[in-house]
Amino acid sequence: MIWIDTIVQGVLLGGLYALFAAGLSLVFGIMRLVNLAHGDLIVMAAYLILVVVSVLGLNPFVAAVIAAPIMFVFGWILQKGVLNRTLGEDILPPLLVTFGLSVVIQNALLEGFSADSQRISMGPLETASVSAGPVTVGLLPLLTFASAILVIVGLNWIFYRTSIGRAYRATSDDPVTASLMGIRPDRVFASAMGLALIVVTIAALYLGTRSNFDPYVGPARLIYAFEAVIIGGLGSLWGTLAGGVIIGVAQTVGASINPEWQILAGHVAFLVVLLIRPRGLFPRAVD
Amino acid sequence: MGAILSLHDVSKSFGALKVADAISFDLPEGQALGIIGPNGAGKSTLFNLITGNLAPDAGRIEYLGRDVTRVPPMQRCLAGMGRSFQIPQPFTGLTVFENLLVAATHGQDRRESDVVDQVAQVLERTELMSVANKPAGGLSLLQRKRLELARAMATQPKLLLLDEIAGGLTDAECTALIETIRALHSDGVTIIWIEHVLHALTAVVERLLVLDFGRVIGIGDPSEIMESREVKEIYLGIEV
Repeated sequence: MIWIDTIVQGVLLGGLYALFAAGLSLVFGIMRLVNLAHGDLIVMAAYLILVVVSVLGLNPFVAAVIAAPIMFVFGWILQKGVLNRTLGEDILPPLLVTFGLSVVIQNALLEGFSADSQRISMGPLETASVSAGPVTVGLLPLLTFASAILVIVGLNWIFYRTSIGRAYRATSDDPVTASLMGIRPDRVFASAMGLALIVVTIAALYLGTRSNFDPYVGPARLIYAFEAVIIGGLGSLWGTLAGGVIIGVAQTVGASINPEWQILAGHVAFLVVLLIRPRGLFPRAVD
Repeated sequence: MGAILSLHDVSKSFGALKVADAISFDLPEGQALGIIGPNGAGKSTLFNLITGNLAPDAGRIEYLGRDVTRVPPMQRCLAGMGRSFQIPQPFTGLTVFENLLVAATHGQDRRESDVVDQVAQVLERTELMSVANKPAGGLSLLQRKRLELARAMATQPKLLLLDEIAGGLTDAECTALIETIRALHSDGVTIIWIEHVLHALTAVVERLLVLDFGRVIGIGDPSEIMESREVKEIYLGIEV
């Protein structure tokens, strides 16, 4: 029965990885931009929530609600002022610029908050749990997973049911034709990055409350996010959730065999999926 | 009726190649103008100059009585210029309905809820209602051409630019498309139509313009133009 418990924990952990990955997937899907600073943006948002919690003495959930619009504006300016200039035929400039951005964010956080590891306190919620038969799950992991599903449902709703969502898809299809239809690709991209950073804030809330973080944990989150996106198949958000779940389950199963194998097992699962399905489990686009 | 579009000595060169050479003409509101000319004569370039995708080296373009020579394409789109492309470029990931919705909302700066009826009307007129919820990537050529026309119509253009929309269609398909365009024109939409399929063109347009090497070599009544010696020589390749 211990196995059921291990797998359930892994599935719930997958929710966290899906949250890491959703913003990355969104940005890549709409503007073909590989954001190497994605993990560091999550860490930055975690520090922002931490500051709001400690300065205003607010509940972390309320703090995240305050941090989200700030991150949206940051994303908008970042895209409009910097990243839009890097987009084009050549895929190298956005990689270099976001890599540089990653270094800048890490060092700025180091300068501002030191290398001490931090944690956002949730109070009694951290240890609260619910039992169902042989399985006992923490309330926080359960909330994380539920949030991941809500984020994906929400993003899909935006993509397929709203005017801006159709503009995202049209621009992603063909920015030149889209601009002839009266769409402004630069603004569409800026709002997409803003939206991605709102998702990043939600991911940061759970990153910061479930484990310790310091300015350097971003790149490792980026790798999990990448793996989840690629396992799922580029462009499919539900695939991204499945990818997160596969990594999460592999990690908890690996850890239950030997605690040293946790991280390794996740990466091995990723490689195995790549071997069997090089285009991911649910590839959407043919290009 | 006044001219909806006027070109005054519009010129454009790519390096040493003159693709538009002092082109001038007036297009009265409500008229359908056909443009013919051999490949490479500068027909699509002329469209790009009119829509603003290319800036002319010299000359002036007036649209609705306003100088639009330096106005960007999006502004011209919002001012009622609609365009179809020679090679249909639908948003393949969107459904037919969504393709039109995007054009109608962003092309007119309106809300989705306000344009749904208008989009439905366009779907009806272009006979795309039955495929409205299919992804545009899976359409047949005729359907793609219809979508191209529909998308230009969805912005409720005052001036509709059609670029070889009948090319590659069978006779029956072509006839069906001509009917749609004719119906549009009789509703008062001003049309400029580039076409190699001459019988399609002459079935609709009231005036014909012949381009060769970026120069206007004839403009006027279609039957007279087709009979003129210069056109026969240059365009049809007939020794007269």
